[in-house]
Amino acid sequence: MDTVHNIALGFGVALTLQNVAYAFFGSVLGTLIGVLPGLGPVATIAMLLPSIYALDATPALIMLAGIYYGAQYSGSTSSILINVPGESSSAVTCIDGHQLARQGRAGAALSASALGSFFAGCVGTVIIAACAPMLIALAFRFGAAEYFSLMVLCLIGSAVLASGSLAKAVAMILIGLLLGEVDKDMISGVARYGFEIPKLTDGIGFVGIAIGVFGFGEIIANLGMPTPRREVFTKDVKRLWPTRHDFGNAWPAVLRGTAVGSLIGVLPGGGALLSSFAAYSVEKKMPAGAGELPFGKGNIRGVAGPESANNAGVQTSFIPMLTLGIPPNVAMALMVGAMTIKGIRPGPQVMTSNPELFWGLVASMWVGNAMLLVLNLPLIGIWIKLLTVPYRLLFPAIVVFCGVGLYTLDSGAFDIYVGAGFAVVAYVFYKLGCEPAPLLLGYILGPMMEQNLRGALLLSEGDWSTFLVRPLSAGLLAAAALMVVVAMLPTVRIKRESMFIDET
Amino acid sequence: MKIKSQRDFWSGLMFVVVGIAFAWGATSYRFGASARPGPGYFPFGLGLLLAALGAIVLFKALTLETADGEPIGAFAWKPLLCIVGTVALFGWALSHLGMFIALPLLVVVAALAGDEFHWGEALLNAAVLTVGSWIIFIWGLKLTIPLQPWFMGG
Repeated sequence: MDTVHNIALGFGVALTLQNVAYAFFGSVLGTLIGVLPGLGPVATIAMLLPSIYALDATPALIMLAGIYYGAQYSGSTSSILINVPGESSSAVTCIDGHQLARQGRAGAALSASALGSFFAGCVGTVIIAACAPMLIALAFRFGAAEYFSLMVLCLIGSAVLASGSLAKAVAMILIGLLLGEVDKDMISGVARYGFEIPKLTDGIGFVGIAIGVFGFGEIIANLGMPTPRREVFTKDVKRLWPTRHDFGNAWPAVLRGTAVGSLIGVLPGGGALLSSFAAYSVEKKMPAGAGELPFGKGNIRGVAGPESANNAGVQTSFIPMLTLGIPPNVAMALMVGAMTIKGIRPGPQVMTSNPELFWGLVASMWVGNAMLLVLNLPLIGIWIKLLTVPYRLLFPAIVVFCGVGLYTLDSGAFDIYVGAGFAVVAYVFYKLGCEPAPLLLGYILGPMMEQNLRGALLLSEGDWSTFLVRPLSAGLLAAAALMVVVAMLPTVRIKRESMFIDET
Repeated sequence: MKIKSQRDFWSGLMFVVVGIAFAWGATSYRFGASARPGPGYFPFGLGLLLAALGAIVLFKALTLETADGEPIGAFAWKPLLCIVGTVALFGWALSHLGMFIALPLLVVVAALAGDEFHWGEALLNAAVLTVGSWIIFIWGLKLTIPLQPWFMGG
C-alpha cells in the first residue's frame, strides 16, 4: 500500500504544470547537447547550477536529471549519422550504427536505439522505486565508520572502473580529496590552504573545477586534435519503423542491455559509459541468429544493446545518490552539489524529510522518458539539422555560457579565474593520460570523508581497528580490497587497460 | 637511466610534488592524535599517500618497457592560450567593462583558437551570442550582470 501511496504522491508532484515544464526543458536541453559532439551532460549541468538558485529544489533536480538522461537518448543520433559519438557513452554505437546508416538503414538504427532506451529507462525507474526504500533501511544502520568505508569503496570502485592505469586513477582521487581540504576545517574552524585569499576559505568551488575541466579543458583538447571529416547521412532517415526481422533481433538485445546497464549503473564509478561497453561485449558473445550481419558490419543488436544499457545505467546510478548521498559518478556528484545549494543534505533522510522531492523526481523520470521518445522519434529531423552546425561556431558559444554561468555563481570574477586555472590543469592531465573524473568524485567526497573518519576515530578513541571490527564496515572495505585485487590480476589488467581503446 | 614512459614519468613526478606540498602544508595545522584528530591529520596522511603512489608510478615509468615510450606529444599552445587567456580576460572585463563589451570580446578571441577563422563569421557569432545571452540571462532569468563599462554608470 505504501508503495502505491508513494508513487501516487510522486506523480502528483511530477505532473504539476511547472514540473512537467521543467522536465520538458531538461529533456530538450539534454537531447540538444546529446546530439552535439563536444558538449556533455556534466559540463551542461555544471553550467546550469548557478541558475537553480532561483528555482525550488524539486523542479531544479527534475530539470538537471532530465539533462542527464536526455543526453544518453540522443547521443546515439550523432554516432549513427556522422560516426562521431554525441556522448562518450554512445561511442560503441558508432561501430554498427554508422554501418547501418551507410546501408541506408539509419531509420531502423535510430528507432531501435530510441525504443530500447525508452524500455530501459522505464525499467530503471521501476528499479529505483523498488530498491531505494530497501537501501535506505540499511543506510540508517550506518555510523561514521560505515560511511567512511562506503566512501572508500566508492572511490576505489571509480578508480578500478576508470580506463587506464589503476595507480594513476587512485592518485587522481587523492588529488581530488586534497583539493577538497582547501576550506575552513569544520571542527576547529581553521582555514586550510587558503594562502590568505578570503574566497578560498569557502573552498575552491565545485562548479569552477567542473567547468574548468569538462567545459574549457575539453574544448582545448578537442581543438588540439585534427578536425575530423564529417559525413552526414540525413537523406535516409525517412523510414523510422524497424522491420519485423530487426524487431525480432533487437528485443532480446534490449532486454540484455537493460539488465547489464541496471547492474553497472549502481556500481561506484559505473554509469552510462561502462554500461554501453559491457553491453556491446555481451552482444558480441551471443550466438548469431539466422541471416544476421556480423558485428561491425551493421548488426542491429550492436545498437539496441548498448543504447538500452546506457539508459538503464543512467537511471540506476541515481540509487546510491538518492539513498546514501554518495554519488557513483561525476554527474551524480553535481546532483549532490545541486541539493546542497538548495539546502538539502543528501543522505538516507531525504526520502522521509522531502518525500515530495524524492518521489517527484522518480516519477518525473518516467514522464521525461516518455517525452524523450517523442523528441527522438517523430522530431528527429530537427536534431539532424543541428549536426550540420560546425564546431568552430559551437565552441565559442560553450565558452560564453560557461563564462557567464561562472560569473553568476557569486556575482564576481573569482570563479571564472578558478575555471581558467583548472582548464590548464585539465589539459596537463589530458596530456599525461590522467583521467579527471575520479578527481572530481574525490573532491566532492573529501570533506564528508574527513568528517566521518574523524568522527569514527573520536568514538573509537583513536583505534583504527574500528573500521575492521564493525561487520558492515569490514564488509565494505573487503569489497574494496577485492576490487583492487581483481583489477590487478594479469588477465583482467590487460583487458581493463585495453577495453576502451580497441572498441572505439 | 632511461625514461620508459614519458607520460607516466611526468605524472608520477607531479603526484610526488603535489603530495609532498600538501603534506608539508598540513604541518602548519594542529595534527592532534588518532583519538582526537586535528585539522592537519587527514590532509597530512593523504599527502603522504599521494607521494608514495607517485613514487610507484615513477618507478614503473623508469623500469617497465613500453612499445613507443609513451610520448606526451606536442602541446596545442594556440587553443590553450586563446581559451584560457580569453576566459581570464573575460573575468576581469565582465565586472569592469560590462557584458556588451566583454562578451563579443570573449567570442572573437575564443574563435581564434580554432583552425579556421573568418572575421565576418566570428563577428556575426559574437552578435548572435550577445543578444542571445541578453535574452536568456538578463531578460529571461533576471540575473544581475553589469551591462556597460563602469564609467557609464552600468
